[in-house]
Amino acid sequence: MTDKLKQTVEHIGIPRLMIAGFLAVIFVTAYITGMSVPQLLSDSLVRVGMNGILVLAMVPTISCGVGLNFGLPLGVLCGLVGGLISMERGFVGFPGFFAAIAFAVPLAVVVGYLYSVLLESVKGQEMMVGTYVGFSSVAVMCIFWLMAPFRNPELIWAIGGKGLRSTLTLGNYYGKVLNNFAVFEIFGIKISGGLIGFFLLFCLLVYLFFRTKLGIAMLTAGANPVFAKSAGIDVRRMKSVGIIASTVLAAIGIIVYAQSYGFLQLYMAPLMMAFPAIAAILIGGASLQRATILNVIIGTVLFQTLLTTALPVTSRVIQGDISEVARLIISNGMILYALTRSTGGK
Amino acid sequence: MERARRVLEMKGITKQYFGNTVLNNVSIDLYPGEIHALVGENGAGKSTLMNILFGMPVIHSTGGFSGEVLIDGEKVELMSPAEAMQAGIGMVHQEFMLLPGFTITENIKLNREPTTKNALSRLFRSKSLDYLDVPTMRKDARAALDRLDLAIDEWAPVAGLPVGYMQFIEIAREIDKKEVRILVFDEPTAVLTETEADRLLESLRRLAADGIAILFITHRLDEVMAVANRITVLRDGETVARLNRDEAVVERIAELMVGRKVEKVELPPRAKEPSDEDIALTIDNLVVDMPGEMVRGLSLSVRRGEILGIGGLAGHGKLGIANGIMGLYPASGRVSKNGENIPLNSPEEALSRGLAFVSEDRRGVGLLLNEPIDRNIGVTAMQVQHKFLKSWPHFLPALRLEDRAELRAYAEDMIRKLDIRCLGPNQPVRSLSGGNQQKVCIAKALALEPEILFVSEPTRGIDVGAKRLVLDLLVRLNRDHNVTIIMTSSELGELRKVCDRVAIVYRGRLAGILPPDASDAEFGLMMAGRVGKEAV
Repeated sequence: MTDKLKQTVEHIGIPRLMIAGFLAVIFVTAYITGMSVPQLLSDSLVRVGMNGILVLAMVPTISCGVGLNFGLPLGVLCGLVGGLISMERGFVGFPGFFAAIAFAVPLAVVVGYLYSVLLESVKGQEMMVGTYVGFSSVAVMCIFWLMAPFRNPELIWAIGGKGLRSTLTLGNYYGKVLNNFAVFEIFGIKISGGLIGFFLLFCLLVYLFFRTKLGIAMLTAGANPVFAKSAGIDVRRMKSVGIIASTVLAAIGIIVYAQSYGFLQLYMAPLMMAFPAIAAILIGGASLQRATILNVIIGTVLFQTLLTTALPVTSRVIQGDISEVARLIISNGMILYALTRSTGGK
Repeated sequence: MERARRVLEMKGITKQYFGNTVLNNVSIDLYPGEIHALVGENGAGKSTLMNILFGMPVIHSTGGFSGEVLIDGEKVELMSPAEAMQAGIGMVHQEFMLLPGFTITENIKLNREPTTKNALSRLFRSKSLDYLDVPTMRKDARAALDRLDLAIDEWAPVAGLPVGYMQFIEIAREIDKKEVRILVFDEPTAVLTETEADRLLESLRRLAADGIAILFITHRLDEVMAVANRITVLRDGETVARLNRDEAVVERIAELMVGRKVEKVELPPRAKEPSDEDIALTIDNLVVDMPGEMVRGLSLSVRRGEILGIGGLAGHGKLGIANGIMGLYPASGRVSKNGENIPLNSPEEALSRGLAFVSEDRRGVGLLLNEPIDRNIGVTAMQVQHKFLKSWPHFLPALRLEDRAELRAYAEDMIRKLDIRCLGPNQPVRSLSGGNQQKVCIAKALALEPEILFVSEPTRGIDVGAKRLVLDLLVRLNRDHNVTIIMTSSELGELRKVCDRVAIVYRGRLAGILPPDASDAEFGLMMAGRVGKEAV
């Protein structure tokens, strides 16, 4: 009996059990203090759909052997540029959303390829170098946002200003198009079929990709590069493809995020984008070598639900705001924890 | 010399690894000032014996050993290399353990530097804060180098020195230790040129004349004959002979080294015996840059339908041949199959031309340890030949989905045919035994339906029963499916058991080809580089 229990605990993994337990405590507290639990759940689901694809972007790099994509801001910046072009061209609603993706993806492919060339030359240091590539690209793009030739008055600083505003309202363009699509209610929980469905669709696509010949070649290259070489697989190319796929997913992810948030945030906003995504996939049980779609879904649900519910509940209980501190401790602590051990849960 | 007291005695040493006896009642002794050569094939137990002498942790963590070690007639229990060093045992390694950025002197005196006190070290009463006494260091280093007759600036940095010098610096470091009375040389000439090797042997003699007892481990019988006073031959973990210099001849040592009673097994006959009329693979002047197993211009013809064995001592390049042809290490030269040139340095080209390879490094190269059996078996054929994939989309094979059902069925078929003991095709290969892992590796190669199969060290690290099964399997493949097999192995016995011909590689080149029933002495001499003519 105890053996079986131990096995189950090992299978799920202690970090996941602890967070799930903590979540349970939060929901019970919320219920006792008279907060609306369905409302908390609805908010959590929105956050899950909003962040999910950014977390999914970690899967290709982990699978191809590069590790966590700390350079996620690169893809995010491509997504922002795509989103801006779509606005500049005056697309609204779903066409605006899809136009943003259509502009962002080719850019992300090119940027992802260049990023992969850089990472190839720093083999073994990908995560460290990726972090600084992410940081410095955000800084470089700050200059771009100021110089970019956008003309739409809603995008640039008011009253004859030059350069793009730091926060752009998407309300008149494609804000919340997914969130407001196919919304339904169960037990008082509002679920956005569009947002959640879009996330799950991408999960399915990535899942299917790793069942194709190319996907399996990439997994093989990540699992054992020498084996892959002896099987005629071009390991370098597989890493390139993995990094490009990750960058593209990050670009799409930020567009989904932005439409849900209702704003496009420029300048320093993308700086820390990689960290919550990394924390989420690690909480989901991924390791530096292996990540599955299930890790993505579990991790995103646990991490985002925690962030969404901890803030209102703790502030209600202790009449103060420690949730931002808690968020930083949990997300960075989780990254630290995962980096110190080489294997993840199952 | 017999009158002198023995400085070292190892008596009745027996060591088992996981139930495998690797040393059985081995004894060896050393007198001051003698050079005692320890010879034997790979796996004869030489390194295990040295590990015991040095108290390496690997020995104690695997259950220790039985028998005793005596130094100056007193029983000692050496539990760590540090204790061995204190007891006066020094070791010159095969790989250089030198810091390239440091000078020769610094390397020689590393961590044993003479020091002078200064204010800070007096204040904190800490020797770590003393100044280095550089003049004394240089003087000591100079003395050690002079003993080796090495006229090199003791203050030169190690980086950039010729390989031969590095070997001498290793030795200088050992002899600089004042307490050293026993020096072990583990194949010191393996990486040296011939003149460097001669100089090394010369310094061995000089050190022995100074009264140091030397244990000299080598494959090269010429060197043994040149310097050794006594010779101990190990084979399969047992002492097969102890010879004095005057009673030893190269032929005899060679025979003792490799000699095994070869069980004469009747191999199934063929409809048509392979012959030189029908050549499947021609290797012409192959050069492979595989560290430790360099191939330096090897030419060889492989008959269609035969099992060709490739033997030779470690480091002579037998493993480099298959690795080079299959594109795993940089190679040049010409390799052609049925007259068609095979581009080198590309595993994909070799695989798609009907060549397959079972690597000697099963766990490193051969398997995806965390993946299930079916993925391991199928992935190479899938990538190279588009097997186990759905047929859609035709125009873009890269995006075709894996056909799980087909792969599973194939894996189950292989599991049955090769008798892979497992819980099913989903079991990760990490949890299989060595023999079953090897069968998975062979199944992986078979999925490619190769015309020519390279198999390297097929029985390394697997138990006796499984060895037999694997060898039987190779013979069956050869006879029933007409696969030409090129089998590389350090175990001459198994090559002689299943091969039609055995090619011996010496210093990266073909030394000759022998029939499997040639005498032990013929094999021994060819492996030691004493004869170089085609014998078949």
